[in-house]
Amino acid sequence: MASMRDIKRRKGSIQSTQQITKAMKLVSTVKLQRSKAHAEQTKSYFTCMYDTVKSMIVKAGALDHPYLKTGASDKKAVIVITSNRGLAGGYNSNVVKLITRGELAEKKEDLIIHAIGKKGRDLLARAGYRIAEKDYSEVIEEPTYVEAMQLAQELLKSYMDGEIGEIYLAYTYFKNTVVHEPKLLKLLPVSLEDERDIGEEAQDAAQNALEDKAMMNFEPEADEALNLIIPKYVASLIYGALIEAVASENGARMQAMDSATSNAEEMIGKLSLQYNRARQGSITQELTEIIAGAEAIS
Amino acid sequence: MAEDNRFAIKIITPDRVFYEGTATMVEFNTTEGEVGIYKNHIPMTMIIKPGILYITDGDDQKIAALHAGFVEILKEQITILAEIVEWPDEIDINRAEAAKERAEKRLSEKDPKTDIARAETALLRAIARISAIR
Repeated sequence: MASMRDIKRRKGSIQSTQQITKAMKLVSTVKLQRSKAHAEQTKSYFTCMYDTVKSMIVKAGALDHPYLKTGASDKKAVIVITSNRGLAGGYNSNVVKLITRGELAEKKEDLIIHAIGKKGRDLLARAGYRIAEKDYSEVIEEPTYVEAMQLAQELLKSYMDGEIGEIYLAYTYFKNTVVHEPKLLKLLPVSLEDERDIGEEAQDAAQNALEDKAMMNFEPEADEALNLIIPKYVASLIYGALIEAVASENGARMQAMDSATSNAEEMIGKLSLQYNRARQGSITQELTEIIAGAEAIS
Repeated sequence: MAEDNRFAIKIITPDRVFYEGTATMVEFNTTEGEVGIYKNHIPMTMIIKPGILYITDGDDQKIAALHAGFVEILKEQITILAEIVEWPDEIDINRAEAAKERAEKRLSEKDPKTDIARAETALLRAIARISAIR
């Protein structure tokens, strides 16, 4: 059995770790509330954007537009949104797994990773993926629409130039405070089969809206309108993903810190028991020794 | 009477719901020119160009500077998906004036390196901001 001093030292170190995790939990709870409110505010924009683009494509379905078909190049650009900091449980590795294990895993050399978030970038770089030179990691700290637009413009340019054939987006979808799902989304070419999970009710609404809008007219003509709207669509999806990823990150960190705090609690309980036992043991031993000594004298 | 002519209008930006309410007429600038929309317009999607947005509801009129995005018009509902839209009290007049001068200068210099389309959009945007305040 470990000595009393060892146990006490161990307990002290766990206690100070617990203080850190507790503080981090509180911080991420506050951050979560803020980013969750933000995510909810922005949601209507994306639902609307998604509906409109879908109905446009239904209308313009027969069009031979570059945004609607796979580009000539085999190269695929993947935007990977992770966090800059760790201690968020499986948050980062789950997103990375989408790339290393999913449908994209087969052709590693065709992928170009555009990383937003240092953790994902480092993990993928270590796994031997090609990382785009420009680094957007700072964006995740405070995502703005302008930054999402810049990234979208850059990707669309190389898409139109034929440097990349497809654009994917890997991020964590914020379903609610406790459920966050890593998601891989195909941004371009836009396809109708693309199942973006925007919540079931939103999907129903999209279906209804689709029927309503069957008579939609476009001014300018549909193909021209596509040229103008698709960049906005891509930018808004990236922005929406950023906002959701931030909310998910804080949610994941809050959960991870919560379980770390309760684990520490449990360990401290166990150690206290051991410590008390050891103390009792040493008292008993001392007593036995004293009694034995007294008996020997008399 | 007035009640019959009203329709719902919703303006949303990536960050917030900018405005939600009713109107009897909405006017704004699009790639095809300035338009005014009444109730029971045919369903239509239009692309926005920088300009002033007027929301008329009976005798009450609201003004905002609308810069980019697109509009979806249904019979009884108009949704504006705006990338940038501002109320007059959110606009910095000095900055807008400076931006206007800068854009005008760029356009008048006729430097082949200038991105004409971008400078023109910047100019339109500045003009929209300034006239929204007035």
